[in-house]
Amino acid sequence: MGEKPVSVLVIGGGVAGIQAALDLGDMGISVHLVERASSIGGRMAQLDKTFPTNDCSICILSPKMADCFRHPNITLHTLSEVVGVSGQVGEFTVNVRKHARFVKEDDCINCGACSAKCPVKVPDEFDAGLRSRGAIYLYYLQGVPPVMTIDKEHCLYLTRGACRLCESICPRDAIDFEQQDEEIDLDVGAIIIATGFDPFDPSVVTQYGYKRYTNVISSLEYERLICASGPTGGHLKRPSDGGSVEKIAFIQCVGSRDLYHNPYCSSVCCMHATKEAMLAHEHDHNVSSYIFYMDLRAAGKGFQKYVARAQRDYNASYVKGRVASINEDDDGNPIIIYEEVESSEPRKMSVDLAVLATSLVPRNGVEGLAKILGVETDKFGFFKTDPFSPLDTTRPGVFACGCCREPVDIPECVSQASGSAAKAAEVLRG
Amino acid sequence: MSWELSDGSDIRIGVFVCHCGTNIGGFLDVPGLVEYSRGLPNVVHSKDNLYTCSDNGLTEIKKAITENELNRVVVAACTPRTHEPLFRLVCREGGLNPYLFEFVNIRDQCSWVHMQEGEAATEKAKDLIRMGVARAALLEPQEEIEIDVTPCSMVIGGGVAGMTCSLNLANQGFDVKLVEKESRLGGLLNSLHKLYPNNMDASNLVLKLKEDVKRNKKIDVLTLTNVSEIEGFVGNYDVTVKHGGEDERYKVGTIIVATGAEAYRPEGLYGYDGEAVVTQLELEQRLRDGGLEANSVVMIQCVGSRDENRPYCSKICCMNALKNAMIIKEANPESQVYILYRDIQTHGTRYEDYYRNAREQGVVFLKYSPERRPVVEDGAVRVFDELLGEELILPYDLVVLSVPIVAHPDVNDLAQMLKVPVDESGFFLEAHVKLRPVDFATDGLFLCGCARWPCDIGESVSQAYAAASRASVILSAGRVVAEPIISFVDEEECSGCGLCEMNCPFKAIRVEETERGRIAKVIEASCKGCGMCGAGCPQRAISMRHFSDEQLVAQINALTGGGL
Repeated sequence: MGEKPVSVLVIGGGVAGIQAALDLGDMGISVHLVERASSIGGRMAQLDKTFPTNDCSICILSPKMADCFRHPNITLHTLSEVVGVSGQVGEFTVNVRKHARFVKEDDCINCGACSAKCPVKVPDEFDAGLRSRGAIYLYYLQGVPPVMTIDKEHCLYLTRGACRLCESICPRDAIDFEQQDEEIDLDVGAIIIATGFDPFDPSVVTQYGYKRYTNVISSLEYERLICASGPTGGHLKRPSDGGSVEKIAFIQCVGSRDLYHNPYCSSVCCMHATKEAMLAHEHDHNVSSYIFYMDLRAAGKGFQKYVARAQRDYNASYVKGRVASINEDDDGNPIIIYEEVESSEPRKMSVDLAVLATSLVPRNGVEGLAKILGVETDKFGFFKTDPFSPLDTTRPGVFACGCCREPVDIPECVSQASGSAAKAAEVLRG
Repeated sequence: MSWELSDGSDIRIGVFVCHCGTNIGGFLDVPGLVEYSRGLPNVVHSKDNLYTCSDNGLTEIKKAITENELNRVVVAACTPRTHEPLFRLVCREGGLNPYLFEFVNIRDQCSWVHMQEGEAATEKAKDLIRMGVARAALLEPQEEIEIDVTPCSMVIGGGVAGMTCSLNLANQGFDVKLVEKESRLGGLLNSLHKLYPNNMDASNLVLKLKEDVKRNKKIDVLTLTNVSEIEGFVGNYDVTVKHGGEDERYKVGTIIVATGAEAYRPEGLYGYDGEAVVTQLELEQRLRDGGLEANSVVMIQCVGSRDENRPYCSKICCMNALKNAMIIKEANPESQVYILYRDIQTHGTRYEDYYRNAREQGVVFLKYSPERRPVVEDGAVRVFDELLGEELILPYDLVVLSVPIVAHPDVNDLAQMLKVPVDESGFFLEAHVKLRPVDFATDGLFLCGCARWPCDIGESVSQAYAAASRASVILSAGRVVAEPIISFVDEEECSGCGLCEMNCPFKAIRVEETERGRIAKVIEASCKGCGMCGAGCPQRAISMRHFSDEQLVAQINALTGGGL
């Protein structure tokens, strides 16, 4: 038996994983941060602004990403996933598969010449598919590490054996089609899971017409539409005709608190919609918003004041009741069908745009990860934790933080992430 | 015009202009900027790079420092936010003090924001480079400050948050002083009967924590103790506590506020009398003692919260009401339990089930609006149910009021001692609501649990571990390294008026009695270099290292052609 490992593995490079890694790194503990995507940043990087301060999301996140990148105690493994774990608390051996990037990280200078010339066009995941990218691409402008990636599913050379245009353009000879996936073993004393969430696919709630009606969009799509670095440069336009948007309906609990889909409450959507209504009004003072909700959940710090501000200064109205269905008129306007609580009468409201507050669901693939890690998930697929030991999973030495254990907002994610770091430090030092 | 250093040698500035691939080079005339820089005062070397931050670019800077005997380096490139640390490091490696480096931002401030106007943007870049060069000539070497840290933490408050936090820090190997004003540990948990969402006995959780704390040799528990004075700064706080009329002093590296909060007393609301109309906490005592005899119980939510006086939602009261409602129903399935609510707060994956269970067990939920609040009369509660659109009359044996969690009345005393802010409801205010939820703005001070905001036990525990983590970062390092960009007091000019001490948001400057009278002293480890003290100083006795008036005036004059 060798010496006890002095490292911690963090799985997931969103705001939770980043915070956990930074705290541990600053304590002098070495960290391996494993991220499946080609850049760290996670969901928070996709948001335009954040409630209740309306801070620009990427502006407050990217310094932390840069800190992670430069930190002497943090090793980033992007495009990587955990494929095996053995051992026990205090002495785990973790097998990590690092997928080939086909770009040499140390040589790429992120000049963008390659992606500008790539003949392939693929929907851009980061922008929720609202614009396209090349098969060689940067995940997003502020991505870390700031290097290109070749998407092997779509690259012409890797799928059909011809093209290599990027290779001929690259001024630094950074393209390397010979790169292979590799597997490495890491000795760690503790493991922190921070895999975050996926947005629920609202097309299965068929009565709301998502994908059937162009002007019915999801809240994540809305974030990208209103973000200055998004596909429309931050100008809120109707997807169907590029027309202006003056009346928006925000439909809450889409897939949440719904026995047919996810019976739980996704915790963040009431505030999220409130913020989105405020942003629309900031962009154009003619906008009025209607938020259709069941119970208004504004219990966090400063949230009630934020809601009051939205009502007073941003033309936001809250309408109690679950929306029955959405139709569309001949001009492509979504028609919201709902029951008015006061009169118990069915009502219709025509709007320019309808935004579905989709519930937060576990990231795809976490079921497999749970098996590899030997931890249990709850009946919804989130990592199982105890109400009074909220950061402990069912396996000693493996901790969970952020939305992978239950939907929570960013401050709660950050608290849990720092908290998991403290628990991991306790394992290593105890 | 050429400047001379105090040792008589010339100022020799090197300017490096970055193409940033096409990010800058695609919009600005970079070779033109290099040519322009060459003609500026004191510039002896000017060069462009495709990527200044690449290995090639960095090596070139180091080489140029040696070959051209540079004693100042200016890089015109992307943004200091991500790249200043890197270029400072390169200067150090090249044998130059890292503070003899100046960053000129021509990507974020020129090419990105003026993409359509390349020529005008190039002219703006020239202005910015000229300003940077003017400032660079006046830069002075600075040294980072290092201060030792006392490897001990004080935790104020011995509830679930304080105990959890103490245990983690102790298990990490740090000494902990756990201060509790009451005679026993446990805090608000001592008054609870069962805990949602699994109806565990509250006493089980408290006993386990208390036992662990007692057994841990690293934790020094100080009950019946109040904090009376706090002096010092990060790594070196001096705390005086009062215990049995005696003062005791402790030196600690960090302080964690886990003082919790208390239940609001609804005097004068809904006929509150502590007999037939009680609070949830009083109900829990009856449930614990087994003395509850009531067939019809009406619970009213948001009593004293979400109103003009306390606009916030107290977060835990809905779950607490559901818990007690179900305990009553389980003990007596024939009983009637009504919950009059505004919005049920059962967020997350666990609590919705709890809500559904309560409905299935027959708890009746009626939604009221703040415009038409329920009225408690003799023997019956009148309520207008918004969903039914009807007024209902509910006979009761017991009315239970769900009151909010409110700050302790003495919260301001502690806030003043720590010199940290509280919000308008009396909850402590963190450094940043989004990304620094358990840090105070002042280094070395942290917070967790209900002292920050009403929260349930799970959240308190997460935050307690979070605060332990943040404190551990400082304690683990063993020393604090402070940036040298801090205030500097000219002691000859200082009149000791104390305005700076009042203005400082970080408790980093204070007036001290010296042989020459009252003089302001900067606590270098705490100073953030924000400049508030200097801006407010009537004697103009305070300046900022690395951002001196001379440097800034030189920049402005370089832009305007002089005159300031």
